[in-house]
Amino acid sequence: MSVSAVIFYILSFFILVTGLLAVTSRKIFRSAIWLLFSLTGIAGLYFWLQMEFIAAVQIVVYVGGIVVLIIFSIFLTQQSGKDLPAPVRVRSIFSVLAVCTGFVLTCLLVRGYAFGQAGHVAGGGAGPDASVGNIGAQLLSTSEHGYVLPFEVISILLLAAMIGCIVIAIKTKPENK
Amino acid sequence: MSNYAYIALIPLLPLAAFVVLGLFGRRYFRGASGGIGTLAVLISAGLSLWTAYRYFFVEGKAAGAYNPVVALKATWLSFSPGMSIDMSVILDPISVMMIVVVSFVSLMVHIFSLGYMKEEARYGTYYAFLGLFTFSMLGLVLSGNIFEIYIFWELVGCSSYLLIGFYYDRPAAVAAAKKAFIVTRFADLAFLIGILILSFHAETLDFGTLIQRLTEPGSQLTSITTASFMGISLLSWGLGLVFIGGAGKSALFPLHIWLPDAMEGPTPVSALIHAATMVVAGVYLVARLYPVYMFPGGAVLQVVLYAGTFSALLAAIIACTQTDIKRVLAYSTMSQIGYMMLALGTLHPVGEATTLGFTASMFHLFTHAFFKALLFLCAGVIIHRVHSNDMKDMGGLRKLLPLTHGCFLIACLAIAGIPPFSGFFSKEEILLAAWHANKFVYGVALFTSGLTAFYMFRLYFSVFWGDSVSGSGGLRAGGGLHVGGGHHSGGHHGGDHGGGEAPFSMKLPLVILAAGAVLAGFVPFSRLVTYDGTPQETHGIGLFAVGPVALALIGIFTAGYLYRRASDRPAKAAAAFGGLYQWAYHKFYIDEIYSFITKKIIFNLIGRPAAWIDRHIVDGLMNGLATVTAGISAGIKGIQSGKVQDYALYFFAGVAGLTVLFIYLYT
Amino acid sequence: MSQVPLSHVLFLSTALFFIGMYGLFTRRNMITMLMSVELILNSVNINFIAFNKYLYPEKLEGVFFTLFIIAIAAAEAAVAIAIIINLYRNFHSIDVEDADEMKF
Repeated sequence: MSVSAVIFYILSFFILVTGLLAVTSRKIFRSAIWLLFSLTGIAGLYFWLQMEFIAAVQIVVYVGGIVVLIIFSIFLTQQSGKDLPAPVRVRSIFSVLAVCTGFVLTCLLVRGYAFGQAGHVAGGGAGPDASVGNIGAQLLSTSEHGYVLPFEVISILLLAAMIGCIVIAIKTKPENK
Repeated sequence: MSNYAYIALIPLLPLAAFVVLGLFGRRYFRGASGGIGTLAVLISAGLSLWTAYRYFFVEGKAAGAYNPVVALKATWLSFSPGMSIDMSVILDPISVMMIVVVSFVSLMVHIFSLGYMKEEARYGTYYAFLGLFTFSMLGLVLSGNIFEIYIFWELVGCSSYLLIGFYYDRPAAVAAAKKAFIVTRFADLAFLIGILILSFHAETLDFGTLIQRLTEPGSQLTSITTASFMGISLLSWGLGLVFIGGAGKSALFPLHIWLPDAMEGPTPVSALIHAATMVVAGVYLVARLYPVYMFPGGAVLQVVLYAGTFSALLAAIIACTQTDIKRVLAYSTMSQIGYMMLALGTLHPVGEATTLGFTASMFHLFTHAFFKALLFLCAGVIIHRVHSNDMKDMGGLRKLLPLTHGCFLIACLAIAGIPPFSGFFSKEEILLAAWHANKFVYGVALFTSGLTAFYMFRLYFSVFWGDSVSGSGGLRAGGGLHVGGGHHSGGHHGGDHGGGEAPFSMKLPLVILAAGAVLAGFVPFSRLVTYDGTPQETHGIGLFAVGPVALALIGIFTAGYLYRRASDRPAKAAAAFGGLYQWAYHKFYIDEIYSFITKKIIFNLIGRPAAWIDRHIVDGLMNGLATVTAGISAGIKGIQSGKVQDYALYFFAGVAGLTVLFIYLYT
Repeated sequence: MSQVPLSHVLFLSTALFFIGMYGLFTRRNMITMLMSVELILNSVNINFIAFNKYLYPEKLEGVFFTLFIIAIAAAEAAVAIAIIINLYRNFHSIDVEDADEMKF
């Protein structure tokens, strides 16, 4: 059991526990913070997998953007100190049932799949290829493995999302002349 | 064969009058409706007479016999190569005679109605209905196909319904129309079944072919005679059922109940329909199928014979007690039709007068049309004048209505069978045929003819003799015989017509019909209208006639003795008969029996359970289905709770299920 | 890294996925539902990166997918918040049980 394996297991434990707390916590603000921790844990996992760029993006976008947005919306819509209502008993039972079923099913599938040699060893040569320069170059290249088209589409999507948010959330002025 | 194609015009002209008057009469023609209707029938009558002249005297005879001529034929519905419903026109002695009778009497009624119905608001409608009836009746007698005759049969029933219920704002008229229609419809069911039996086995619907196949030995005849149902051969069933259909239309016992009530219609309608034409349709039908009736030894003809005899006697007895003038005439019609059926039923296999009954019946039909129509039209004049149907409101009218008096007397003498009027000749033929066939029936017929004379002259003396209306007059019979005689048409206004007894349009038909009643007896019927077209052998009446005439004279003098002057002699006579009189007065309670059967038995035992089943089981099934569906739906609709997370769970369940299915089970 | 088999990483991501799903089914507050959705998306990201690292080390496709998913998740979260705010204005509650008008 090497150190990296131990780190992995600690990290995964951390992620799962905080995630569980995020979905079961009674207070909404704490739930948001648990989510924050979980996302940070995932960023740590990316670091462990030697994908630094992605880890950075995770922290910047998810933790710094989305969780902050969530916290803002909590403030906008209710008192954060109030307790959340408990879930419906029947539904929680069925949910647990469904979730456990799904988990078991997927694990069986995963275990049954033969990943081969690669499944056991994280390949070398991952480092240089995942550098920011390489990612950027390939992202914007127009050659065979380039991703410039999805890039542009994503930018349009972001624009649409921005406009959409404004339109949906805009307050219509009352009509009194 | 020469061209008789213009025959089509004879029924079609009144039909055209019906269409024109029906559509436009109320608005455009009004006063002229009568003229249009009359004109159409006038041309029809002229054409009928011309046809009769041509057929009987110019060219009809081939090989010494009058053969049936198929004038027109158009296939309408073809079931199979041999069997199809054609619209065909057949001319043979009886159909030619009938078109003459029908169109002539219809013409007289049209002319009479010009005066009688003049103030009626629905004048145009009346003439339209008359046109429809004339068309239907002419079509009926000209039919060459048994289904075609059924079509016109129903049409005649429909026109009769329309005309009886002409004064539709009177409940009695409406009820009478319904009664007539329902009773005849019931009989027509039997008729239809009979048609189906006969045509199925003969594999044809055409009269000529049908008769030929069912009388000559052949495959069809054997099939129908060997098949039997409840011990009676199918041929007898078919003929019997057809006869029941005819009996309904011709008001034979026990389907006669509609005829007296049908007097609720206007009097000219009674003259046309219920005296001269429609009610003889049954007789005509039996005559049309006579060869088939004769064939198997005439078993069904025995039924015809006894039905006719019994009806004649029953009607005569009832007529002796009635006080409504039109009802007396209705029962007399029933009685005379009984005579006609009786004559048809007298079949003597060998010897002379084998088919004398046929000729006698047709002859009586011919003369009866004249004097019965005359009687009804005279009654119309009387009612028009007196504004009441009841005999106790009449009396001493011979001074007020001289022409009517004369015509009525002629008609009564004719119906009583006094020579030399027409009724004498035809009735003697019938009695002769009965004598040769069945002595018992002869005796009953003889007695009935005496009764006929009696009740007709009872009517005559009560109306025209006795004390005057304004005084104590009329028939003051004892025992308070107040019949709710059905006061006549609501369309007439009150008040005497100051001048003559009746307008010219009402007097003219009376005179013409009276002439007919006198002269029709001299028509050489036995040479013209017979069973197979060859002249019928008949002897002069001679001594045989003494009995009936003597009996008639006795009847006349009895009636005169009782009714000539108002007295209490009728009351004493009525009391002498006691119970029989009361029974006859109430028409032997036949209506009550029918009412009991339908209301208590059929409605309660069949109608009510059927309604219950329909409402609770059939409807209940449908409603139950709907309720169950609604229940299931109410149960299922909970799935659509509107809660997003429930939907998510269902979705996930579906995905998981599909995954399991495809990964583990499908491979 | 070299001794953790791919399947273990996949177990992690699967567990995270189903935790997020549990939260989606059970939580009544719309914002907490959104948080659960974020967990689910993250688990997918882990999957992509893991596959990229273990199975195709010389390629970068997984990275790109992850980047795109992150971008889309951000946009989607923003739109979701906007909708939640709109719903809050109409129903005065962000309890998902109260937005149940699309039913029988």
